[in-house]
Amino acid sequence: MSDKVLLDYGSGGRASQRLISELFLKHLGNEELNRLNDAAELAVSGRIAMSTDSFTVDPIFFPGGNIGSLAVHGTVNDVAMMGAVPRFMTCAYIIEEGLPMDHLEIIVASMGEAVREAGVVIVSGDTKVVPRGAVDKIFINTTGIGEIIVDPAPSGDRARPGDAVLISGTIGDHGLTILGTREGLDFQARVESDSASLNHLLIRLVRELPEVHVLRDPTRGGLATTLNEITHSSRVGCHLDEGSLPVRPEVAGGCSILGLDPLYLANEGKFLCVLPGEDAEKALEIMRADPLGRDACRIGTMTDENPGKVALITRLGGKRLLGMLEGEQLPRIC
Amino acid sequence: MSFELLNKFRDPELCGKVLETLRTELSGGLRFMEVCGTHTVAIFQSGLRSLLPEEIVHLSGPGCPVCVTHESEVNAFLDLAGRDGVIMATFGDLMRVPGHQGRNLKKAQADGARVKVVYSPFDTLKLARENPGDLVVFIGVGFETTAPTIAATMKMAREQGIGNLRVLCFHKTVPAALEALLADERAGIEGFILPGHVSAIIGLEPYRFIADKYGKSAVIAGFEPLDILQALLSMVRWRNAGEARVVNSYTRIVSDAGNAKAREIMYEVFQPTDALWRGIGCIPGSGLEIRPDWESFDAGKEFGIVIEEGPALPGCKCGDILKGIKRPDECPLFKKACTPANPVGPCMVSTEGSCAAYYKYKLD
Ligand code: SF4
Ligand code: SF4
Repeated sequence: MSDKVLLDYGSGGRASQRLISELFLKHLGNEELNRLNDAAELAVSGRIAMSTDSFTVDPIFFPGGNIGSLAVHGTVNDVAMMGAVPRFMTCAYIIEEGLPMDHLEIIVASMGEAVREAGVVIVSGDTKVVPRGAVDKIFINTTGIGEIIVDPAPSGDRARPGDAVLISGTIGDHGLTILGTREGLDFQARVESDSASLNHLLIRLVRELPEVHVLRDPTRGGLATTLNEITHSSRVGCHLDEGSLPVRPEVAGGCSILGLDPLYLANEGKFLCVLPGEDAEKALEIMRADPLGRDACRIGTMTDENPGKVALITRLGGKRLLGMLEGEQLPRIC
Repeated sequence: MSFELLNKFRDPELCGKVLETLRTELSGGLRFMEVCGTHTVAIFQSGLRSLLPEEIVHLSGPGCPVCVTHESEVNAFLDLAGRDGVIMATFGDLMRVPGHQGRNLKKAQADGARVKVVYSPFDTLKLARENPGDLVVFIGVGFETTAPTIAATMKMAREQGIGNLRVLCFHKTVPAALEALLADERAGIEGFILPGHVSAIIGLEPYRFIADKYGKSAVIAGFEPLDILQALLSMVRWRNAGEARVVNSYTRIVSDAGNAKAREIMYEVFQPTDALWRGIGCIPGSGLEIRPDWESFDAGKEFGIVIEEGPALPGCKCGDILKGIKRPDECPLFKKACTPANPVGPCMVSTEGSCAAYYKYKLD
């Protein structure tokens, strides 16, 4: 194969076939995908969760991951937040002509690694190559399907006054890493994306505590925006305790230099969990037993005050509104 | 400054103590105004506003340069932005400021105007060099904080023989505006928290009249909660003692004498003039204009721009808000016709604007 991706590779002819067998099947192959049928035959039963997402992150390589692993983590997590076991995925690549072949290989290989870790299989895929400038290097779309194992499934409109709000770890790591890498900023301390598949931890959590009301991954817009969405659809208020928010000192430092608020930065390996107050301790125990939930903690409580709004209780003990992300603090992060 | 020192100024326990003392020593109400938008945001963001005793009335002043840029000035740069051969250079916060019929620089850009957001006035030198066939016009909006850098940029352009850089000079100066506020009895301001960055340039002297002529107090303060609390406590104590004082308590950044070098550059290129402030009107001696021997840089002169008082935006209460007569949530358009996504007045556009701060941080 050529050392750059050529328009030919998207032609559907021989060049495409070579790209598919020598690169995609090599890293993503499995019994179903290898058949190369027009569609996949799947055995799934019961209630199903399905989610799709397109990944356009710039830069495509960043400390802690790349667009390939991110495309798996993002979709696996979205499916798992429904209290579902992710099973199958599809992926569609739109590649800019001229992308170095070894970059593509790194991306596909880390996608392969990510699906194996998450225990899902890619059953269908698509590759397009478009002329230079038609996309920015590479865009990836993934769709995931999983089997829901709790009834009722966790949902953004199920938060109730008195529920505890938990976060599975530190916030802002991914968002600051992406921004910092994009702007070529050199932080004194290393920051790294938290991108990871959370399904194993989430499944354990909902198996032991099927009472979980809401699970959400605070990606774009960050924790603040996600919490606003939950309070809005559940028509409850939320008191968020600024003092207990887990933020790495290096992230806090980077944010204060750039004038950013970690509460609005994207996360890719964290989840928010809202559940009855009395189950909070048990949930934290389960989370902390997993390396991905080591820094889990309780950050707030749902209330019947100010329904639809999030109030931040500041370190000084003051109270102020924590609104949705307004305007374009972070253009096109993922 | 070290993080430890900074953390001290945010320490909840220390702040709690000062707040307690403030409560005990407070004798009657206190109407104070912070002049600077950064203070407005700090007061909200830290939650301080919700902790202050109710008798303390907090007013947000004219301290955000975007907010006080007059409609007529906005229309002037919007008109200029459409002209052939002109590249407008501006700080990002002016992009969404609405002018006549909701036009703004973003829309002008979409219509084909060449508008370039710069992070420093010095960036305009490169822009001018790279576009020798065009005129690069920098929109000079801001207070004593920004004016010296723009003056320095003009000097550098002259030294480097760059002939296609112009400045549309709408700079304003803070002390004259404070005097206008004090002269208007309706706001009843008893004390000011003075802007840190402006003061770093002009020092303490230009504020003396606040105590000497009007018998009110003022404190140059930092932006941490403890800075602000201590400033309020000082003002309460002076009042209890029957005194009025103007004090610099931000000595870790601001020297009493200010920055003489910056002032020298600023006054080499600019001279005082009358200026129109949005919502306030003409304040004598509160603006800066380009001196005659720097006239070749003056976009206003070159394009014959006239700045004049026109009819106010219907419904917008920016004027009363900047003067401390009304609070943002008392404006009938607040959160209704006027939001950060769709601002009617500039107080909602700038992130440091008082309406934007109320919108973003105030719990109903
Ligand atoms: S320009 Fe300076 S004084 Fe004005 S609002 Fe900004 S920080 Fe405050
Ligand atoms: S809410 Fe809007 S219209 Fe009203 S004063 Fe503020 S900026 Fe002006």
